[in-house]
Amino acid sequence: MRKDIPALTPPTGERGAATEAEAAASRRRLRLDGLGIIASTSGFGLVYGLAARAAGFSPLEASAMSVLVFAGAAQFAAVGYVLGGFSWLGVVLLTAFLNARHFLYGAALAPYLADRPRPVRALMAHVLTDEAFALSIAHFRRIGRSDPRGYWWAAIVTVFIPWNLATLVGVIVGGQIPDPSRYGLDVIFPAAMAGLAVGLITGRRELVAALVGAIVGVAVGLAWDPAAGIMAGGLLGPIAGLVTPTSGDVPRFTPNAGIGSVPDARPGVGDQA
Amino acid sequence: MKTELVWLALLMGAVTYPWRAVPLLAPGMHRLPLRVQDYFRLVGPAVLATLAAVSVMVAIDAERNPSFHVGIEWLAVGACVVLVAARRGLLVGLVAAAAITTVVRAMSLG
Repeated sequence: MRKDIPALTPPTGERGAATEAEAAASRRRLRLDGLGIIASTSGFGLVYGLAARAAGFSPLEASAMSVLVFAGAAQFAAVGYVLGGFSWLGVVLLTAFLNARHFLYGAALAPYLADRPRPVRALMAHVLTDEAFALSIAHFRRIGRSDPRGYWWAAIVTVFIPWNLATLVGVIVGGQIPDPSRYGLDVIFPAAMAGLAVGLITGRRELVAALVGAIVGVAVGLAWDPAAGIMAGGLLGPIAGLVTPTSGDVPRFTPNAGIGSVPDARPGVGDQA
Repeated sequence: MKTELVWLALLMGAVTYPWRAVPLLAPGMHRLPLRVQDYFRLVGPAVLATLAAVSVMVAIDAERNPSFHVGIEWLAVGACVVLVAARRGLLVGLVAAAAITTVVRAMSLG
């Protein structure tokens, strides 16, 4: 391991990590933010269970998918492909393609979680989803360090438990479940992702990365596949952010922003737009 | 009870886990060159914005053919973004987004 390069892990010292009281306040915000995600996850877990049942999955098979794969888009695709009689190889390859974006999540979280024991990180990896990443990276950025309790809350309480319980209910109860889109639950996921992205935009570079990522993602998604679009946007957006000229290295303090205003003092990051 | 697809779930899990675990378990991921560290710091806003945009603007049919989608979801997500930017909190934004969508769909305008 190289010793000449400073660790990204920003814990204490590098940019004024939050106190325990501030961390607790950020955890409260995390729990509040997670309520909408729980509703969304539960709604679509029900739909997944229902779709799996319609495709002939047994409750054990549907639950095995939700526990072992734990990736909604890939699970929905698998149900459709199994129903359509596709080969297992095709389903497995599609799953690998759809879930490749998780690499970016792991890479972005790695600096924060580097001090955790390897077995713990191995467990954390299994429950890393879009929602868990979004909630936990926002929480870590607010407090300027990692917080395993916050991560477990985001990953397990907000996503894993609701998704798996809802899968079971959906596959067992079946057709008596109302369509979640009737209650607007289908917009909660994109709204939550957009809202959490806004919380991460602390300067010009983040703004450019987000805008370019979104534009590239939609363009590639339309030209090829939404999963490819997400990967392309996630890969190219940060490059656009990196080449964006900065207007100085003065860290940004936002009035009345509470612990969310903890600045990143590293040059070129979090600079004032 | 049928168990055949449990094996498929295992295979799907086996190809998903490395994407999640490799960056978290690989040694030295927290000691990358500064430029790379900056890149990964920008992944968060980029990938979340991409997820949101693709979710509301790209629709796929049963055969995964994509098409451009315009609908009430744009307004709902936009309202959530405005509320979060105005520091009203994510939960308020999510409730507003769901309410807008529900009302407009109930009125058959969406």
